[in-house]
Amino acid sequence: MTDSLSDKVRSILSDILGLSAEQVAAMDEDTELFGALPELDSMAVAGLLTEMEDRLDIMIDDDDVDGDLFATFGSLVSFARAKVNG
Amino acid sequence: MTHPLHRTYSYGGQQEFCLCFGDEAASRCVLIIPPLFDEMNRTRRMLVSVMRALAERNMRTVLPDMPGCNESLADIANQSLNNWREALCTITAEMGVTHIVSLRGGALIDNVADVPVLRLAPVKGTSLLKTMLRTRIIADKEAGKSSTAEDLVAQSRSRPLELSGYMLSADMVDSLEHSTPADLPFVQEVSLAEINGSPLWLRAEPQDDPAMSAAFATYIARWSAECAG
Repeated sequence: MTDSLSDKVRSILSDILGLSAEQVAAMDEDTELFGALPELDSMAVAGLLTEMEDRLDIMIDDDDVDGDLFATFGSLVSFARAKVNG
Repeated sequence: MTHPLHRTYSYGGQQEFCLCFGDEAASRCVLIIPPLFDEMNRTRRMLVSVMRALAERNMRTVLPDMPGCNESLADIANQSLNNWREALCTITAEMGVTHIVSLRGGALIDNVADVPVLRLAPVKGTSLLKTMLRTRIIADKEAGKSSTAEDLVAQSRSRPLELSGYMLSADMVDSLEHSTPADLPFVQEVSLAEINGSPLWLRAEPQDDPAMSAAFATYIARWSAECAG
């Protein structure tokens, strides 16, 4: 997972959660997010969604958002990809 | 270590607090308009480091509490962006402000004086409101309640709406929905890349960034010298 979309998601995670470049670079499809990263709480989730909309030029309906979306890095990138591809 | 001065300004019949650094006789006085609401808390430490660094270069800086925020005794539920612009007008007149630096939502209220303005990461009011509404919707969901952005905005018209711990009036919600940073004659934007910075205001936990503060102070010192009146 090193295409440009997954790199954008990495950079958003780094900016919102204050993770190091090494930490986000090491993320792969199975890296757990929600529950595994103490920084990722509901405040952070709201910031992540708005930042993803701005930087990926997508719209996210709040009804689409549930815990599974943030389960792993792979699930978050797949969600973003589905939105980008409309 | 440079020591702060605690000053006040009057607004709406109350005294509001201002954190100030630097020599009163300095020729340049920079008003710093911080990000709004919870983003303000996440950038305060970085901004105070910028103020200390500017004081060492013989510049005055002023970081006000907006009415209803921080130490203010005013009711946040009575505020709107227009109130805050009026408060900032008072400060620019009372303190002899020569330059303004605004960050994020601060850029929505920086059109208050005929002085040069420098903006960092200006943001539309709708983006701020959307993130705050989203936080509330997620918190409601965790508490087993279902709410939508439309319902919450409609609700704000009859009573103050609690978002991110702030009670927002109908006026405040409405002014956020419709505000964008104003077109100004002497405005310049600085990018995060130019000051080696990261968006601290997005962070889930408040963080400091000494390298960013130092680079931002250097940038402000150079910019304000170039556009000194």
